[in-house]
Amino acid sequence: MRSVTFTQLIRETLAAELRRDPSVFLMGEDIGVYGGSFGVTRGLIDEFGPERIRDTPISEQALTGVAIGAAVAGQRPVIEIMFMDFITLAVDQLVNMAAKLHPIYGRPCPLVIRTPPGGGRGYGATHSQSLERLFAGVPGIKIAAPSNATDASALLQTAIRDNNPVLFLEHKLLYPQRFDVEDDLPTPLPFGFARVAREGEDLTIVAWSHQAFIAERAAAQLAAEGIDAEVIDLRTLCPLDIDTLAESARRTGRVMILEEGPKTGGFAAEIAAQIMEHAHEYLEKPVRRIAGADFPIPSAKNLEAACLPAYDDILALAREWMG
Amino acid sequence: MDTIQAYSLMCMIRLFEEAIERLFLEGRIMGTAHTCIGQEAVAVGTAAALETRDAMTTTHRGHGHFLARGADPKRVMAELFGRETGYSRGRGGSQMMMDPSIGFFGANGITGGSIPFATGVALDAKLRDTGRVTVCFFGDGASNQGVFHETLNLAALWKLPVLFVVENNGYAMSTPTARGLANPHIADRASAYGITGVSVDGNDFFAVRDCVAQHAAVCRAGQGPVLLECVTYRLSGHSRGDPRVYRSREEEAAAWENDPILRLETRLKADGTLTDATAKTLREKAQACVDDAIRFAESSPLPDPASLQEDLFA
Repeated sequence: MRSVTFTQLIRETLAAELRRDPSVFLMGEDIGVYGGSFGVTRGLIDEFGPERIRDTPISEQALTGVAIGAAVAGQRPVIEIMFMDFITLAVDQLVNMAAKLHPIYGRPCPLVIRTPPGGGRGYGATHSQSLERLFAGVPGIKIAAPSNATDASALLQTAIRDNNPVLFLEHKLLYPQRFDVEDDLPTPLPFGFARVAREGEDLTIVAWSHQAFIAERAAAQLAAEGIDAEVIDLRTLCPLDIDTLAESARRTGRVMILEEGPKTGGFAAEIAAQIMEHAHEYLEKPVRRIAGADFPIPSAKNLEAACLPAYDDILALAREWMG
Repeated sequence: MDTIQAYSLMCMIRLFEEAIERLFLEGRIMGTAHTCIGQEAVAVGTAAALETRDAMTTTHRGHGHFLARGADPKRVMAELFGRETGYSRGRGGSQMMMDPSIGFFGANGITGGSIPFATGVALDAKLRDTGRVTVCFFGDGASNQGVFHETLNLAALWKLPVLFVVENNGYAMSTPTARGLANPHIADRASAYGITGVSVDGNDFFAVRDCVAQHAAVCRAGQGPVLLECVTYRLSGHSRGDPRVYRSREEEAAAWENDPILRLETRLKADGTLTDATAKTLREKAQACVDDAIRFAESSPLPDPASLQEDLFA
């Protein structure tokens, strides 16, 4: 075992995939000598050179479309969108081209879009959003949202080897976190299998990405109070492991879903609906969402905190249910 | 492709497109389609200049490009009829067909959407050093999209082997170029990216063919990209049901005088390559090919909705 940051293990995984398959290349803004806005690709250009660690102009739509064309022609591009907010500039290419390639044209599109969502850094309303909801309703795009370094590495390997477009979320608050990992990289993890991060009988907390990281801490604190919470880390939103969710909901009868993005129109609402469809007769309590405010994420620290889902709300809801 | 083959192909594309317009009116095909009547010399002139290893992307107005590149008219027609034998098995329709085995990478129905896509195909060619040139077709309307500018800059920076061919057909749907482009000379935009921009008479088969050959060679030599403007005229309406209220019948009559097929035919007859009798025979053969395609399409099975579930992901 060893201790590494989330960033370090992503970087090692990218390097391993670049070594394994010559058709893999990275493309994005300032990912070369600069090493990426969050330093994920730092140093890779030294080993792989500027052809495979390819800096682009600030042109998200063009670089995304170019990656899609290269993917259909036989490459396996992994692009970085510096902040998830900037993916709005590439939505046309992802929604109208990448997502259609297999279902409409019958062509594989092996493309990975790595991007950091999330607030908590005071970056303001256009550098803090969690926009996975925009893609969850677009058939043809897979979405991975790991909460820890080992899953991130295992899922990223799968994403790069997959023949479909994969939106790969690397929450910016996870980058500096340290995790204990095996010396070797993990084996690739198939999509569509949630991780039961903690088994419990009283209630179920469903989350993904950084919120799953938070949920594990909340569950540990609740355990100290005698509340036995199960934590389900989705790992992938598409495909969604509804079987594991429904089984847990039937067993505990109480489900809360954490989502960093705004509550209205979010992916938590989709999960809630699917749990209702699969397990409503077992529910002791209505499914609840703990989510971000329906407001653009402000910059001031206290205002930002007021708009992100509150850790204390998780504890309070659990206590309300089990009190 | 010799000039007789080019003439035959242009006739076949014209007849194919006329058949599409008729089939819509008769209610035999549904949805939408954009025909390229009047622009056949751009498609065939370009195809005549390319090598087998080269690639092509198209636009929403893409039947002519695809047929010129060697598509099977039966399967194109079947796609328009929504049949299992169509290029996209009825999932794509008029605007979404692709056949990489003949170097044809299609379009997606979004104006300008295939500009970066084509450039990605060109990036692959550069990374693998295949010597392939990719022709990226788009229209005057698409040249106003942001992604046109983003992509030309990027392609110029990386010297990618992509030939940007803008078909300036006078109208972006109903908007004439004079009202849509601050500078209607689209080739001028090349200078903003430090690349060659050329304008050519898009209704002259020979001019298009020779110009594409010349500039494809530049791209192949690693000195591209190049922006080639083919000035033409969309004799058809924008799409099915376009009443063409935005232009006069007199303007159209004048444009028909400049019909690229008529021009090629006149020239081939003048130089003795083509006789009236041969021309008639070739047109009849082209018509038979289109009729065959319609018969094939109408007799093909409908796609099975149950198959959709298996096709979402590769």
